[in-house]
Amino acid sequence: MIELNVNGTPQQLDVASDTPLLWALRDTLHLTGTKYGCGQALCGACTVHVDGSPMRSCSVPVSAVAGRKITTIEAVDKNRIGKVVQDAWRKLDVVQCGYCQSGQIMSAVALLSQNRKPSDEEIDGAMSGNLCRCATYVRIRAAIHEAARALV
Amino acid sequence: MSTIENLSRRRFLQGSAGLTLGFWLPAVAAPAAGPGKAGEDAVGPIPFEPNAFLRIGTDNSVTVISKHLEMGQGTYTGLATILAEELDADWKMLRVEGAPADARRYNNLFWGPAQGTGGSTAIANSWEQLRRAGAAGRAMLVGAAAKRWSVPAAEIAVRDGVVSHAKSKRRATFGELAELAAKQPVPTVLKLKDPKDFRLIGKQVKRKDSVDKTSGQARFTQDVQLPGMLVAVVAHPPRFGATVKSFDASPARAVKGVVDVVQIPQGVAVLATDTWSAKKGRDALAVNWDERAAFKLGSEEILARYRELAKKPGLVAHQSGDTEQAFGKATKVVRASYDFPYLAHAAMEPLNCVIRLGDGGCEVWNGEQMQTGDQYALAGLFGLKPEQVTIHMLYAGGSFGRRASKDSDYVLEAAHIVKAIDGRAPVKLVWMREDDMRAGYYRPLFHHALEAAVDGNGRLTGWRHRLVGQSIIAGSPFAAGMIKDGIDLVSVEGAANLPYAIPNMTVDLHTPQDIPVPVLWWRSVGSSHTAYSTETFIDQVATAMGKDPVALRLELLTKHPRHAGVLKLAAEKAGWGTPLKSGKPGERRGRGVAVHESFNSYVAEVAEVTVARDGSVKVDRMVCAVDCGIAVNPDNVRAQVEGAVGFALSAALHGEITLKEGRVEQGNFDGYPPLRISEMPQVEVHIVPSVAPPTGIGEPGVPPAAPAVANAIAAATGKRLTRLPFNPAELVA
Ligand code: FES
Ligand code: FES
Repeated sequence: MIELNVNGTPQQLDVASDTPLLWALRDTLHLTGTKYGCGQALCGACTVHVDGSPMRSCSVPVSAVAGRKITTIEAVDKNRIGKVVQDAWRKLDVVQCGYCQSGQIMSAVALLSQNRKPSDEEIDGAMSGNLCRCATYVRIRAAIHEAARALV
Repeated sequence: MSTIENLSRRRFLQGSAGLTLGFWLPAVAAPAAGPGKAGEDAVGPIPFEPNAFLRIGTDNSVTVISKHLEMGQGTYTGLATILAEELDADWKMLRVEGAPADARRYNNLFWGPAQGTGGSTAIANSWEQLRRAGAAGRAMLVGAAAKRWSVPAAEIAVRDGVVSHAKSKRRATFGELAELAAKQPVPTVLKLKDPKDFRLIGKQVKRKDSVDKTSGQARFTQDVQLPGMLVAVVAHPPRFGATVKSFDASPARAVKGVVDVVQIPQGVAVLATDTWSAKKGRDALAVNWDERAAFKLGSEEILARYRELAKKPGLVAHQSGDTEQAFGKATKVVRASYDFPYLAHAAMEPLNCVIRLGDGGCEVWNGEQMQTGDQYALAGLFGLKPEQVTIHMLYAGGSFGRRASKDSDYVLEAAHIVKAIDGRAPVKLVWMREDDMRAGYYRPLFHHALEAAVDGNGRLTGWRHRLVGQSIIAGSPFAAGMIKDGIDLVSVEGAANLPYAIPNMTVDLHTPQDIPVPVLWWRSVGSSHTAYSTETFIDQVATAMGKDPVALRLELLTKHPRHAGVLKLAAEKAGWGTPLKSGKPGERRGRGVAVHESFNSYVAEVAEVTVARDGSVKVDRMVCAVDCGIAVNPDNVRAQVEGAVGFALSAALHGEITLKEGRVEQGNFDGYPPLRISEMPQVEVHIVPSVAPPTGIGEPGVPPAAPAVANAIAAATGKRLTRLPFNPAELVA
């Protein structure tokens, strides 16, 4: 049994300890908003927050995050920055296929939590681990600026 | 107002849920309710279903049924906009639902009797159909109000989901009228709006999928969980054409969670209670492959063969004038040849499919792009009738052509697994990224050779274009219509119909038959390579002739006003002819242009690039002009072109699937890196105002991007890149 705290709820999981957090969230807890894209920390689709920091859940075994606070896209709007980012994404209709967007939003929230007024270069730096095959990047940049404006 | 008679094709049906009218359908009447019928989970009772595309609930909900897949291209929003416009619905109350698989009601009108999404046809083929569907619903709601209030129908207005009669100050919502509307006669004559009265089409409406896709709620195939479902991960052969010789299942079975290991024609499938266990089991398997019949050539050897082939004439795809004579009289001949690699679609959601076999049929959950083909394939395998195959169309996490499998490859793989376990559990087939990238179905590798003849008066008089590459259409359901006299029309699209007025022109094609690498349509299909070769070559010819690239194109486009229109607009908005700001010391900057028509839409793009001393290329800005007829959702047109630029740059800067001794060398995003945000240029999109019927926008932004960038690189460095992806080593200062 591994104990996780996911979106504020303690959970007991009966999974192999090498199971990546991604699959524990998706297959065991049925929190399917966090996506599988590469399994190798190359695409960012699986990004969640662990104690507030962005992490590629495909490359972290559950045993390594036992007892730590995990936030997924399903609860991102519970925090102010998360809500503002989500609203900016909706206002600008950033999404296309949407598959990468949970990860994009989680990374954007993490960026804005550290840096309330990121420049384009800072956005590119913080977001370059999140691939979008639909290439919604123009709007991702714009939505982060939009959220930054709404946060002041 | 346009008035449309459609008496002859109407079909009435009295169904249990009120009146259902199969509208504009082939002679076979559609069932009013059936397996997979959309709306099982809809809100409120649904008393009013005027046709196969619309349902109105007593709670004022308006549901538009989309026969096309939403894979990012904005189809759900676009189709709903068209119907809602004529219905005068309240956009906020409207929801969209994927249609069930049923070619009688939901066929792609451009594909004849088959249902499916592709070729940038969704909006174009639905335009009339959904306008009529909305107008019919509106007329019946008006009829109901006229009856209830005993007033003339002509005095009734409809706006934002409310029906009203000004004189008597009466009003009713759609929901209040739904039941009575269902009893109204189906209109025999429909009045469609004058485009100047559009309130939604051409205006800013919000995407219908934004909320679900920003909260983790959107449901993709990967997210399907069914009671008792098993997840399957498959060991696929290392080379195309290899088969299983033997395997040892015991290490896989030793993995906790693994419940079965089965051999299927595609390889060996490991079934487990969850994805991670299935993957661990698959990785633990020891499979011996029989590779005697496997394909063992590498990309370089394939290319060498293609270059040899290109020395000889192929089948003629286009001939006009006397090309021999033009070259005989030329005072200057310009030449170039091009190599294009295999490309993977690499959608963010790797392929997957869920199938459950039950009494009397099977059920499929999939980001479904080829309903009719997949129904027939599954029916064949399971011994069912096609209509016993129910398909739930979920969102697809991208596709770019891949989910429109021409031979149902991955859907059949899932089905074989279900069959191998006698259907005892529903199965979710999951491809890991490596399975997805190595499975083939690539944009075919191509070689092109071009020559242009310029005569003594400085006129471009001759053009020869030879292409060598595998056929995509061969082996697809479209072969009968799209292979003409041995020529796959999509191999030469964009080349055989070159718009430039060149009096003597030959385009010919070699289609190698002995390369078994599976190939498939990849966003913009033939134009993904023909636009590059033709648009960089015409640029090279302009330079050789001492002409401005825009001016030469415009001279040659006098018979093609829509090409010329977007070209002029893009050039103007980009400041063509004005000096570019110079870069930092050592940096070379340049501007380049390209124009191309695909899927009946016209796009011109102007690129601004910076080339560093080490040869690395940064695309700074792309200015795009688009003519896609009426832009149903202008913001989505912009979004699609922005995305298309990024998709095209991924391929131009990085994209290459290579074979070595028959094995695919790339497996994940490290070897096949899509564009990252740090490489994404600024993109401006300008839309040409139009009253022409809408044409596609999912693909047409792709073709001009890479050649515009290549032409900008040539302007900056003098170097013409003819091998893709770009190699910075060729650009070192
Ligand atoms: S799935 Fe984790 S980074 Fe790609
Ligand atoms: S929206 Fe499709 S991958 Fe990002």
